[in-house]
Amino acid sequence: MLKYTEDHEWLRAEGEEIVVGITKHASDQLGDVVFIELPEAGRAVEAGEEIVVIESVKAASDIVAPVAGTITAVNEALSDSPGDVNGDPMTAWFFRIKPADAGAMDGFMDEAAYKALVE
Amino acid sequence: MPDPTRRTGLYDLHVEQGARMVPFAGWDMPVQFPMGVMAEHLHTRQRAGLFDVSHMGQVLVTPDDGQMATAAAALETLIPADVAGLAEGRQRYGLFTNEAGGILDDLMFANRGDHYLLVVNAACAEQDIAHLRTLAGVTVTPVTDRGLVALQGPQAESALARLVPGVADMRFMDSTALDWDGVALWISRSGYTGEDGFEISVPETRLADFARALLAQPEVAPIGLGARDSLRLEAGMPLYGHDMDAGVTPARAALGWSIPKVRRTGGARAGGFPGADVILAELGTAPVTRRGLRPEGRAPIREGVALFSDDGAPIGTVSSGGFGPSVGGPIAMARIPAEIPDGATIQAELRGKRVPLTVCALPFVTPSYKR
Repeated sequence: MLKYTEDHEWLRAEGEEIVVGITKHASDQLGDVVFIELPEAGRAVEAGEEIVVIESVKAASDIVAPVAGTITAVNEALSDSPGDVNGDPMTAWFFRIKPADAGAMDGFMDEAAYKALVE
Repeated sequence: MPDPTRRTGLYDLHVEQGARMVPFAGWDMPVQFPMGVMAEHLHTRQRAGLFDVSHMGQVLVTPDDGQMATAAAALETLIPADVAGLAEGRQRYGLFTNEAGGILDDLMFANRGDHYLLVVNAACAEQDIAHLRTLAGVTVTPVTDRGLVALQGPQAESALARLVPGVADMRFMDSTALDWDGVALWISRSGYTGEDGFEISVPETRLADFARALLAQPEVAPIGLGARDSLRLEAGMPLYGHDMDAGVTPARAALGWSIPKVRRTGGARAGGFPGADVILAELGTAPVTRRGLRPEGRAPIREGVALFSDDGAPIGTVSSGGFGPSVGGPIAMARIPAEIPDGATIQAELRGKRVPLTVCALPFVTPSYKR
């Protein structure tokens, strides 16, 4: 199941966890990504907390935790090759989060709603 | 004030090429094309990039008595450069200074035989023209019927020479008029990238035709302001309003080199420009100067980031910074105490953490001008 946030993240439910990345739209807007700073696995985060720094040639931006929970894993490969986010943003995941609440995915947009947002 | 979003004569072409347009200094300008900033930057360093710089001010300064010496003497009262010694067909870099010794703008000026052609920053153009109009004995004419493009990169000559064969004979900082398809192009061999290249003033009526003719050359791709900024940053070139402004002297901006001996203390035409006492006294003795910085790691250190000495004392602020695609890492510039040697480590405060940077000489990439 794939959902989308207003912050242009994609969320994919995998078991009890959610895998988080950014959309093609976000990666296009950012331009060439040159630096990514990921949170530490094990960190407890609040919904909306800025937990990833992403820098393109143009500007710095943040990626927020879509839900409250605990970071269970981060994609270390992105630190070494941040440009992967521009290559295929749907496979370049940033982190996995175990939500504090069940049903955390429910409020987010489906693909049709997200498409309507960005078009 | 100019209209909030003026358009250059290449606006429609930019849109057709898929540019992302942004407001810049009162103009609607392409920040990048579909190729993207990184690839545009590298394309310019490897082949040839076409930049629309029509937002910049082009101004003619013509002596009322027909004597270039009259115009040179007038310009030298505003610009600490050797205007009088500039031969016909040559161009130089200079600064407008203020009474406090600060920099009002930087500019290129060329001797075109019976007048000087000045190219100034878009955001300062109005102020510069008013400033020039205080001069006696010259007529100041803003050029309103021409656009300006820059073709930069190691293959700029081969691409442009197919349209205008005469450019192959030009060397760095030559300025001349050459014919293309029945119109006079004002061409200088110069630029803002550290690469060989040309800046070409084109009558507005043929500007888009000329740009299309250049883009039809296999070496040439359109380049936006994003790559223009990373290219000039790697080349160690200052950007007005960021790396220097009305509160920064030439020495502090590391632009003392633009003031020749003849205008310095002891020179035949020493001083005689606004702020001369302060500016000349600071040459070689400025307590802070603009330097290069190489952050460790991959995180870009951008404009406004606070800098500290290794023992924690505040020493300045980043004036320009970002990612250098040809360098392959982050680069920055800042005015910091002159006593800090090249190779020293200082600290930047980035998102609450201290990041080490190495102080280095500018530029970050070696220019490849055709001298």
